[in-house]
Amino acid sequence: MNDQGTFWLPPAHSTVAAETDALFYFIYWISVLLFVGVVAATLFFFIRYRRRKSPDYTINPHNNTLEITWTVIPTILVFVVFIWGFRGYINLSIAPKDALEIKVTAQKWFWSFDYPAGATTVNELVVPVGKPVKLLASSQDVIHCFYVPEFRVKRDVLPNRYTILWFEATAVGDYQIFCAEYCGTKHSEMLAKVRVVTDVEYNAWLDANANIGAGLAPEEFGAKLYTGKACVTCHSVDGKPGTGPTFLGVFGHEVQLADGSKIVVDENYVRESILQPQAKVVAGYQPVMPTFQGILKDREIDALIAYIKTLKK
Amino acid sequence: MSTAVFAERNYLNEPAGLKAWLLTLDHKRIGVMYLCAIMFMFMLGGFFATLVRLELLTPKQDWFEADTYNQLFTLHGAIMVFLFIIPSIPAAIGNFVLPLMIGAKDVAFPRLNLASWYIYVLGAFVGIYSMISGAVDTGWTFYTPYSTTTNTSVVSMTLAVFILGFSSIFTGLNFIVTVHKLRAPGMTWFKMPLMIWGLYATALIQVLATPVLAITLVLLMLERLWGIGIFDPAMGGDPVLFQHFFWFYSHPAVYIMILPGMAIISELVATFSHKNIFGYKFVGFSSLAIALIGFLVWGHHMFTSGQSELSSMIFSFLTFFVGIPSGIKVFNWVATMYKGSISLKAPMLWVFSFLFLFTIGGLTGIFLGALSVDVHLHDTYFVVAHFHYVMMGGTVMALMGGLHYWWPKIWGRMYNEFWAVISWALVLVGFNMTFFTQFILGTRGMPRRYYSYLDQFQPLHGFSSVGSWILGLGFIIMGVYLIHAIFKGRPAGANPWGGLTFEWKTSSPPPHHNFDAAPIAVHGPYDYDKVKAESTFFDYAAGREVPRKETVNQ
Amino acid sequence: MSMNHAAEHPAFLEHHFNDAEQQRESAKLGMWVFLLTEVLTFGGLFCAYAIYRSWNPDMFFNAHKELDVWLGTVNTIVLITSSLTMALAIRSMQLDNKKRAILYLVFTLLFAATFLVVKYFEYSHKFHVGQLPGKFYTFTGIQGNNPHIFFSIYFAMTGLHGLHVLGGMCLIGWLIYRTHKNRFSSAYYTPIEMVGLFWHLVDLIWIFLFPLFYLIG
Repeated sequence: MNDQGTFWLPPAHSTVAAETDALFYFIYWISVLLFVGVVAATLFFFIRYRRRKSPDYTINPHNNTLEITWTVIPTILVFVVFIWGFRGYINLSIAPKDALEIKVTAQKWFWSFDYPAGATTVNELVVPVGKPVKLLASSQDVIHCFYVPEFRVKRDVLPNRYTILWFEATAVGDYQIFCAEYCGTKHSEMLAKVRVVTDVEYNAWLDANANIGAGLAPEEFGAKLYTGKACVTCHSVDGKPGTGPTFLGVFGHEVQLADGSKIVVDENYVRESILQPQAKVVAGYQPVMPTFQGILKDREIDALIAYIKTLKK
Repeated sequence: MSTAVFAERNYLNEPAGLKAWLLTLDHKRIGVMYLCAIMFMFMLGGFFATLVRLELLTPKQDWFEADTYNQLFTLHGAIMVFLFIIPSIPAAIGNFVLPLMIGAKDVAFPRLNLASWYIYVLGAFVGIYSMISGAVDTGWTFYTPYSTTTNTSVVSMTLAVFILGFSSIFTGLNFIVTVHKLRAPGMTWFKMPLMIWGLYATALIQVLATPVLAITLVLLMLERLWGIGIFDPAMGGDPVLFQHFFWFYSHPAVYIMILPGMAIISELVATFSHKNIFGYKFVGFSSLAIALIGFLVWGHHMFTSGQSELSSMIFSFLTFFVGIPSGIKVFNWVATMYKGSISLKAPMLWVFSFLFLFTIGGLTGIFLGALSVDVHLHDTYFVVAHFHYVMMGGTVMALMGGLHYWWPKIWGRMYNEFWAVISWALVLVGFNMTFFTQFILGTRGMPRRYYSYLDQFQPLHGFSSVGSWILGLGFIIMGVYLIHAIFKGRPAGANPWGGLTFEWKTSSPPPHHNFDAAPIAVHGPYDYDKVKAESTFFDYAAGREVPRKETVNQ
Repeated sequence: MSMNHAAEHPAFLEHHFNDAEQQRESAKLGMWVFLLTEVLTFGGLFCAYAIYRSWNPDMFFNAHKELDVWLGTVNTIVLITSSLTMALAIRSMQLDNKKRAILYLVFTLLFAATFLVVKYFEYSHKFHVGQLPGKFYTFTGIQGNNPHIFFSIYFAMTGLHGLHVLGGMCLIGWLIYRTHKNRFSSAYYTPIEMVGLFWHLVDLIWIFLFPLFYLIG
């Protein structure tokens, strides 16, 4: 197993990665060989056969043996590559039966994950090490693509169906998730992490997460949710405008809406904006926020409202 | 030194006047008009590319807004693909040399040819209008449902591409008929220069694939304008169907781009080695093989899209087979040089660039064709690097080789060889700096179409951006000396390279009617062994028989 | 290749062709290649049809009942007849019978117009009851998933075909004018022949559209 990463490839931390890497290097060395052969021959001929007075025209430009040789040998090589790649692909496509199922939802521009026990996370996928995990992915809007380089897995996430991807992490640690299919303005910031933990930690985390926020004051819990549920991607708390308006000093104040009317930011308006973001858009902003219906529980919305209330100028 | 001559009466000045140019039916003038247009587009697309590289100099988003960046890479891609590469070699160089090379007076349908240029210009203007009116930000691939929901001007850009499709179809149609019906007496299919085989294969793809793109784009426009629901998942449509339709054209389009490049390389290798091309029939038929198999591999763009495993398997299998004919060509070109008499003039240097870069581009295609490896590399910078090595390292290098080869024929004057070498070297070095780094970025997991990236990728991105400046400098120098040559270059003479194909049998620049005496094909296009280097040929410009070696610049 | 072609250079022969034969052969090949692009254009739509029908077989069956088989049949007969009159026009020109050629061309034009008039009545009925593509679909009487898709494809295909009929009519009108001006003869009637080929293709496409939309089941 390649734990450190090589010059070409990042560290490999899933069970399928070794096979992919082996094929990668097989093709790599064939390519190096062919490339060096072609370029060296070209350079050698350039020097050896620089223009002369009387070139040698005894070479027969038709040589079927040679032609067939350099057709058949590459064909055999690519056939090997094809079979090898196909075997790896089948392995990547068929998840083991006992795999842990986690639902992935992609939307502009964040990831949310639903776990069997009822926990949900945003932009952080927590999985146990050494257990196959099957992701059932779908999109709320356009096509996204779930990609973890360290696991060598990637799958498009489509709006009209579920796509499936599985992996089994082999080492504890944090790994990068990218969105690999261009999805609009903040495609580049649609990042998330896979946190691979031990089995014990995972179960403890599931338990804790089922009633997350217990023991915290509402505004503290809200502050956690603000980053945990990706509000931070678009809404600042320091007054800077982002994709959406800042949270600083808005509560209790009047804002102008896109249709020209005005509204005072109160509990109901914040709640509505979370669940039906397009209903009343603040003037000067695009109606691009996705709904958090089903992602945030009532308790969590209340906590966020409590947190926003504390952000006074 | 040669006593080369400049043909005073030629297609450039007869008939004179702007109106005579704008209404010309002469394939040579139309070729030159195309050349000007595509070179302008190359500059524009290149300009956007340098802006993209500028933003990527640092990990943070700093020079451009997110949306602006997304528009920049979309415009770079759309301009380079639809307005530059696809028409570049066929419509500009092909238009100029195809009738000359087969000894015809013109293409079969000169009016259609001129119409094709005006349609191109119309498409270009619609495209530019689209850029001004809220440039499109979908990527050049226009994937649904993003393209049906974004509020940039997708419809006008799609319309531009739709219009450009007609221009491409007309050129292809013209070439097919011209090659079939207007060859000079004695020119059998196997006496045609390989350039013609390549252009013919290209024309077949243009004619067969472009209509499917046209109808796909019409459906996309209808979807956006009237919500017909064919590609809209919310209405029972399928966004992946769009990808199938799109790649059904756009994969063969890749061969529209590369086949003419390969065609040029075949000419240059034979002429500058002064030797018959090795395996003529294999090189010729491999073009047709690529054209045909190229229609069956579009699904390899979609291995991670959720298409069935069976489809992926079939597409992967076929993909490897489309690679084989390209390999055959490379081997035959190298074999041609064996025991040749190689002249390392500027065009041959570009052949070296082509062989160097296209071999890398082709071999990295094997990584992407292998299913499991593609899962890791799909939509990363590895793909970006791969298609730049093929499209730019292949097609653009061949185009530059072709320009340097036929420049003296087109304008009758020679460029400065010293600056040509400088520019070639800068482009080769700059290109590898810019794009080889991107292979490493890709294998390490950097996804494409990102304006900001993780700090760990900075050294490679920075190196790549610096490379792009060197690359740009190389092209600027080239532009300067090539334009200088048009006005101040020394006369090139009818046949500066000692080529055997028909275009070298007429004066430089050629007369309005191409040939003073209709050429007849008595030997093959590269029979250097039969037509001795010492033998004479008729120099129409000089009006007398001249020894071949007199016009070969040693 | 005739050695004295300069002497027998007819007005219709363009300078870059050696003789009339070469010019005619080129035009013919060019036209066939063009027809190929047309087939591929419609081919894309036929693919879309096949895919959506295979996904929603019941809906397609139910939706097709909304189309009027009788009007479709009438239109099929009208188009086939127009193909015949087109062929007769070419035949007449080959026999140097200009008057008869014009007569047949006018008939072809009238049949084409009839086709479009019938199509107009079909379309306006569908507009009226809301059997429209995509989001404009308001009709409620069809069982099955997403019946608007059927009408999206129906309107895209018959609409594109209708545009071809319209284009063909313009070309036929131009032919009538040119024939009237004595531009054609038995020595040179290539444009009539080419438009004829185009017209047969338009006819042929309809012969595929008719069973696929009107006669499923």
